[in-house]
Amino acid sequence: MTAGPTGTATLEPLPPPEADTGAAARLGPRRWVRENLFSSPLDSVLTVIFGLLLAYVVYRGLRFALVSGRWEIIRVNLTNFAIGRFPREQVPRLWAAIFVAAAGIGLGSGMAASAGPTSRPVDTLRRLAPLAVLIVVLLSLARTPTPALLTLCGVAVLVGAHFLGRRLPARLARRVHWVYLGTVLAIFVVLTQFGGVAWNAWGGLLLTLFLAVAGIALSFPIGVLLALGRRSSFPAVRVVCVGYIELIRGVPLITLLFMAGFALGFFLPVGVPRPGLVTRALVAFVAFTAAYVAEIVRGGLQGVSSGQVEAAQAIGLSPVKTTRLIVLPQALRNVIPALVGQFISLFKDTSLVAFLAVLEILSVAQLVTQQDDFRGQSLQAEALVFVSFVYWTFCYAMSRASQRLERRLAVGER
Amino acid sequence: MSAEQAAPSYRRQTRPPPWRDVRVLRVAGQALFLVLIAWALWFLFTTLLTNLRALSLPTSFDYLEQPTRVDIRDTDFNPSQPVKDALAVGLLNTVRVAAVGIVIATVLGTVIGIARLSRNWLVRRAAALYVELLRNVPVLVIIIFLYTAVMLRLPPISEALEIAGLVVFSNRGLNVPWGDGVGNVGAFTVALLVVAALAIAVARWRTRRSDATGEPSHGFLYGLGVLVAGVVVAYFALGQPVAFTAPVLDNRRVTGGIGLGPEYAALLFGLVLYTASHIAEIVRGSILAVPKGQTEAASAVGLTSWQRMRYVILPQSLRIAVPPLANQYLNLTKNSSLAVFIGYFDLTRITQQAIANGNPAPQAILVLMGCYLALSLTIALFSNMANRRLALKGSR
Repeated sequence: MTAGPTGTATLEPLPPPEADTGAAARLGPRRWVRENLFSSPLDSVLTVIFGLLLAYVVYRGLRFALVSGRWEIIRVNLTNFAIGRFPREQVPRLWAAIFVAAAGIGLGSGMAASAGPTSRPVDTLRRLAPLAVLIVVLLSLARTPTPALLTLCGVAVLVGAHFLGRRLPARLARRVHWVYLGTVLAIFVVLTQFGGVAWNAWGGLLLTLFLAVAGIALSFPIGVLLALGRRSSFPAVRVVCVGYIELIRGVPLITLLFMAGFALGFFLPVGVPRPGLVTRALVAFVAFTAAYVAEIVRGGLQGVSSGQVEAAQAIGLSPVKTTRLIVLPQALRNVIPALVGQFISLFKDTSLVAFLAVLEILSVAQLVTQQDDFRGQSLQAEALVFVSFVYWTFCYAMSRASQRLERRLAVGER
Repeated sequence: MSAEQAAPSYRRQTRPPPWRDVRVLRVAGQALFLVLIAWALWFLFTTLLTNLRALSLPTSFDYLEQPTRVDIRDTDFNPSQPVKDALAVGLLNTVRVAAVGIVIATVLGTVIGIARLSRNWLVRRAAALYVELLRNVPVLVIIIFLYTAVMLRLPPISEALEIAGLVVFSNRGLNVPWGDGVGNVGAFTVALLVVAALAIAVARWRTRRSDATGEPSHGFLYGLGVLVAGVVVAYFALGQPVAFTAPVLDNRRVTGGIGLGPEYAALLFGLVLYTASHIAEIVRGSILAVPKGQTEAASAVGLTSWQRMRYVILPQSLRIAVPPLANQYLNLTKNSSLAVFIGYFDLTRITQQAIANGNPAPQAILVLMGCYLALSLTIALFSNMANRRLALKGSR
């Protein structure tokens, strides 16, 4: 800063303001309290009010969880919450499926860790904390030690597979998506094939997870096609795709479930067997989610610069190859966080199938309060809080994962 | 394509045969696509007709004129009235919960969103706790919880809770103060609209005056003054057309005020609590999205912190916030269909009852979807209008 235009005396430059984050770490506890809780009279009043409010909420919450809540209803019905009417003699298949899942996830994460940037073990543990809490709570509610022992074995499988995955040559590590795909298929085979249980007989948390995973997996290809159709140069295709997307996005999911539950039979020719309720619900979810996935993917497609397409055309790629090799990979990479968000919302929306008398976890919660042992005791709060807790841990873990993905993907941007 | 037009004329003579001509193929391909879609729709339609006839159900929309045979609680609706009247009642109930819910959720969400940016650590944490707790639980679980575990477990009417003589809680719902029209309500409504228009005009005039002369505008204060004065004058000039009463508990009956049934209250607050957590995130995100340089520049030209917020930050963040906010309003309206789970008589619930009473399901559901589509389009229309008003001049 040299002589000012008005010729007044030159001022010494002020020191740069302290960075907020750095200063906060160095504040002593007394200064921290004064700056963050009592910086002005209004601030102090707010602190007192919110302090009392929070203390009350925490007190009531803890009292309910530890003292006044009658959790016997959850303890007795834990299996119902987990799997609904899934035949009890088939439960070993579930454990087998859990082991397969543990092996697949461990192997995949190990391979990904060896191929990509590694995260510190502390961060990984913190990320998994909500799910770990859920598992510990569930196991503590169980009445026999068997589930806990089997879970320990599962964790051992997971860790073992993880380190195996790290050892695999880098050439294989690039094929990590095949591992995940294979895991999903293997779980499916273990549960349903060779004398297994068809998904119309599944229930509880198992069904909730199945509807969410199958819903997003099946709606993804349809959504991508709809998004491409919406940006197609063929007006006829465009009109049909836009019509479908806007129609679906304009109506509530429950109306589609109505359609699937009450009216699907009317649209099938006589003689065609009527699908089971779970299948119908799945059809409604896929039809619904595809429209939302299409809009997300469209956002990604719009983010791919036209220079990419022009370059692809310049080296002589056909339109199909341009889309498949140049446009889609870039577009899809950018929309992964949004797709996770859509998956979370689908996961929460699975609660709506309670309407079709399908026994997912929320309808289990409503039914158990009417059992002979628990009827008329006003145990709805306990059942619903438990279900909320299950939903919450999954959604919270996934939303944290999506935020992390977002930050990670943004690193390579521009 | 433009290159083709500019090409030398000899190319026209060597035009490829139709089965290899891109222009022909494009049209043919699209025609084929449309034919396939039309065939699929036609197939579904004829199957539907066959199935309906086989079950001797009506194939037209005449059922809308048939008696409903649905008893709608807490209304003077007569079960012998036609289905379309019942749907009108349902539409009104849907709008009642959605409109009130949108207003409350916006206020609550904005407050929480700003609280998340508070300098006070405790306020910030409390707001974050609210958002993270409510956002990650299905709205249906919240609604059912509020209905079965809160509303229905309030004390019976004989032991109803009264708060400050304004609100009465019981398991029959909430009673809150309300104004009942006793005089010329129509004239009063017109007067209110005129007063509101006048207030806006005065505020605009103050802004123009301020722009022209540089004196402080105080447009908001002037407008508010005109509004309050106008409302008071109109209220007394028209002979107090609206009587305000607070609910009074009187031997197992509540008189005065307006009663919100437990279903309505549970649905409304469930939607509000859930949507507010999403709106809070939008508000926070849109305020954070305004570049920091704007705040610094505003401070540099000497604006107070209120002026900085009012004239620099909020107008810019509003522009960012409007599309996602409209999306949340749409979601809230669509989620109001969850009323069907707790027995509030909205559109969906009435459609469900109509189907249960033997009305043809496909038509009834199509009508239901049409109603929601119309509601969604209305909200989208308003959001587009707001968007256009707020858009930067010259952009698009």
